[in-house]
Amino acid sequence: MRKAVYLLPLLAFFALVAWFALALRPSYDPQTLPSAMIDQPAPAFDLATLSGGPDLALSGLKGQVVLVNFFASWCAPCRVEHPILMRLAEQEHVALYGIDYKDRPEAARQILAQLGDPYRAIGLDPDGVTGINFGVYGVPETYVIDKSGQIRKRFVGPLTAESLERELLPLLKKLNAS
Amino acid sequence: MRSVLALPGAPRMARFAGARSRGARFSGALFRGTGFLGKRFLGARSLAMLLLGAPLLAAWLLGAPAHAVTPQERLADPALEARARALSQNLRCLVCQNESIDESDADLAHDIRVLLRQRMLAGDTDAQAVQYLVARYGQFVLLRPPVEPATWVLWYGPAALLLVAGLGTVVWLRRRAGTGAVASAAPLTDAERQRLDEMLRETER
Repeated sequence: MRKAVYLLPLLAFFALVAWFALALRPSYDPQTLPSAMIDQPAPAFDLATLSGGPDLALSGLKGQVVLVNFFASWCAPCRVEHPILMRLAEQEHVALYGIDYKDRPEAARQILAQLGDPYRAIGLDPDGVTGINFGVYGVPETYVIDKSGQIRKRFVGPLTAESLERELLPLLKKLNAS
Repeated sequence: MRSVLALPGAPRMARFAGARSRGARFSGALFRGTGFLGKRFLGARSLAMLLLGAPLLAAWLLGAPAHAVTPQERLADPALEARARALSQNLRCLVCQNESIDESDADLAHDIRVLLRQRMLAGDTDAQAVQYLVARYGQFVLLRPPVEPATWVLWYGPAALLLVAGLGTVVWLRRRAGTGAVASAAPLTDAERQRLDEMLRETER
């Protein structure tokens, strides 16, 4: 019984090793922040649109599961993500809305004309306040908003084919069924 | 300097790389200085460098922190501005993550500084203005985490560990001292004393 005490440091050492191994795993990025907004009502917004059509407002999106994607023409990772967004819009028929974060409208128009426009509508957020309300700290970020207007998930950084298959599509399926 | 957030670049790095602070530039100069000293010993030039380096080192260590607040951002009311400065020194820049928004050159830090001042102009108390950001970015924005059940380990853990280790040491020391006293107090038997005397006599001879 007394001998067991001497094993404690060894056990503590292995606990530390396990902790470090967990923190060093390749898929873990310590700078990715958990969103404070999960399961909170999405912050209201009412933004002029890129196309000049009717305003893009949160109240107009209620009743459906939507994806809100913050992007900008100056953001390189957004280009990486772009084919995935096109696939979401064209093949998966997801209600995808864009918010053009701190950008010049003409620059955004130009890039979308070049690459294709996956969004049903694009709101303009020239001063980034809508972004801050969502807790955005870089672009791209993608938010899943359910039928009742609650944020259910945030994707920080570009969506990938992997995150789409493993997380986004199953979640959308679940939310659409409920 | 424009924030890396606003610059196109490699996908992962572009999102997160922070603006370099003035401190980082200072330390770069210092390391170059010490490298020079290491190679040439104390020649006249390196002495000059040392003389030059000492105040730099002092400035770096005692440190006027880098301020990123531009004059346009400042509020006209000095009392309100002082409150905003004090608050922003304790709010984390989400892009640089180890700088406060007061020090950071990142665009987002600028936006949050401006927003913070707008909230204060609108009549928010300090707590309300901070809560506004915590609601959006979580407690991670606070450079000084609040004391609450979830952070008790963080705040009291080191003291508790020290206490446990200290108590353990005291118990161990007392137990060791106790066993030592018992061993020395055991008296010699007559046979042992006789034998000891014989041995001493033998060595005298």
